[in-house]
Amino acid sequence: MSHDQPRSETPVADPDTDPGYYQLRLYVAGQTVKSLTAMANLKRICEEHLAGHFEVKVIDLLENPQLAEGDQILAIPTLVRRLPTPLKRIIGDLSNTERVLVGLDLRPKDTSI
Amino acid sequence: MSPDATILRALPKAATGIAGLDDITLGGLPTGRPTLVCGAAGCGKTLLAMTFLVNGATQYGEPGVFMSFEERAADLAANFASLGYDLDGLAAEGKLAIDHVRVERSEIEETGEYDLEGLFVRLGYAVDRIGARRVVLDTIESLFSGFTDPSILRAELRRLFGWLKDRGLTTVVTGERGDGQLTRQGLEEYVSDCVIVLDNRVEQQITTRRLRVVKYRGSAHGTNEYPFLIDGQGISVLPVTSSGLLRPVSNEIIPSGIPGLDAMLRTGGFYRGSSILLSGVAGTGKTTIGSHFADAACARGERCLFFVFEEGAEEICRNARSIGLDLRKRVESGLLRFEASRPSLFGLEMHLARMHRDLDDFKPDMVVLDPISAFRGPAAEVHATLLRMLDLLKSRGITSLFTSLRTETTEAEGTDHGLSSLMDVWIKLMDIETNGERNRILYLVKSRGMSHSNQVREYRVTDSGIELIEAYIGLEGVLTGTARLSQEARERAAAVRRLQEVERRRREIARRRDALERQIEELRANLEVEEEESRKLLTEEEGHEATLSSDRAAVAARRGAAE
Repeated sequence: MSHDQPRSETPVADPDTDPGYYQLRLYVAGQTVKSLTAMANLKRICEEHLAGHFEVKVIDLLENPQLAEGDQILAIPTLVRRLPTPLKRIIGDLSNTERVLVGLDLRPKDTSI
Repeated sequence: MSPDATILRALPKAATGIAGLDDITLGGLPTGRPTLVCGAAGCGKTLLAMTFLVNGATQYGEPGVFMSFEERAADLAANFASLGYDLDGLAAEGKLAIDHVRVERSEIEETGEYDLEGLFVRLGYAVDRIGARRVVLDTIESLFSGFTDPSILRAELRRLFGWLKDRGLTTVVTGERGDGQLTRQGLEEYVSDCVIVLDNRVEQQITTRRLRVVKYRGSAHGTNEYPFLIDGQGISVLPVTSSGLLRPVSNEIIPSGIPGLDAMLRTGGFYRGSSILLSGVAGTGKTTIGSHFADAACARGERCLFFVFEEGAEEICRNARSIGLDLRKRVESGLLRFEASRPSLFGLEMHLARMHRDLDDFKPDMVVLDPISAFRGPAAEVHATLLRMLDLLKSRGITSLFTSLRTETTEAEGTDHGLSSLMDVWIKLMDIETNGERNRILYLVKSRGMSHSNQVREYRVTDSGIELIEAYIGLEGVLTGTARLSQEARERAAAVRRLQEVERRRREIARRRDALERQIEELRANLEVEEEESRKLLTEEEGHEATLSSDRAAVAARRGAAE
């Protein structure tokens, strides 16, 4: 896996002008089950809800441990929403789609979920 | 050799470099194992942990990683700069790494299974980067506020401590004190090799910090609560234990600086390393005599540490000047140091602790404590503290002078802290009120190992120091001051009178002798006159007789011729 390559499929929008543009980073540590699940879930959610308005970087901390400090990574996997602000951290394998959408502010927080 | 001691040598330890703590733990924290340091907020957990790292980096060649879950690296650096620790500098040299782990619950959305591999990655990276041998996790319990699932955290913490042990990292884990257990989240469950509890206790509005090693697997350790200090020089723990009575003794005699006092001792002074108690009521010159001792020590080129609890150093210097002692000069020459503090400023333990540190620091030959009666508190505690102070001084061979304020009631109640029996020398100062004036006298209650005068001496505080005078002891009792002076005057007058009487008698005898001699002279003269008269008469008589006889012969001749 190439950690630094954006996995987004040709972003159509310009991050500077598009207020709905999502810049995401997924931090993983090696090819664990949780990592792979998270990657698959993220791909699915982004394509369903953010088509064309996002970029994702996957960072493997086993290869780049120095990057963990900058984004205050503790839990693995962690999805960091760098844009739009404020910064959000979504941890876990992203299997709970509702919570991911809440975390990404794509859905208002509903206490019933 | 006990089995304990064998293990002791077998268990490697990492020195903390914190004065005293290494003594209590008999060498330091267990190498390659985690140690839990817990206590309430403001106990000095972070300070202890950071000192452990900084000392490791600077003194023992063991770089360290400080993983802070509370304070930011910049704040830590600023806070520790006040103690003279250059964290940024150490970080630049690659001896220290600080990683601030920020856990913000509001920023985190949990969406499924996770672990804390990120923490491991960060720690592992920092450790590998500088080749760390020591790690501090301060305060890892903060994680519990950031994540909702404590079971994951507990599993991960267990894994973390296992990982730290596997890597052979000597770790200090700090934890807030919780209800009913050592830490809020029961960290002691995971870190069970060595547990140190810090405490910050307030008793009678005085705070004392204390440290206790609760457990230390595989090693003996001091089990008491030890006071510790946090000040401008960092943290220091004071294992104030009774050093017992096995200590070297000196036969060297040192004078007190008061000639009259030395003269009361056959040896001409006190033994070096002895303890001297100076007790007296207010205004008997305890501090003044203390100043004398201090000045005399400095004059011999010795170092003297003067603990004052009721006055400031400047006041002592000024007051000493009035009796002709220039203590300020001694201070400037570096031989004399004052440590002035109110007894109520710290607890007893803290005073002891500070004193311990000051002794280590200044290495005095002589110590003056003025006065020990200023220490207030439960009698047993005060006594224990003073006893340890005394032991501390004696074990170092330091000559000590304790002054103690005696009030009318202390003696009756026996509240001179029971120290008098522990002292080698006890000088008692008293004042006597008679004839509307107050005079000071002193005597030696005891002086171990030397014969000494049993006489009461009157002493005066003069411009040139303390001056001892033989007190008047006569039929009329002990007289001092003007009573002594007037008695002396009376005696002088009586002596003069006696002298005059003798003189008068001598003159009388001479006069009578003269008179008699004159009489004798007269009589002799009379006698001579009478003798002269007699001789004259006799001669006349003889002449007359001769004339008569010649006349008679002539008559006879004439008669014969006629016949």
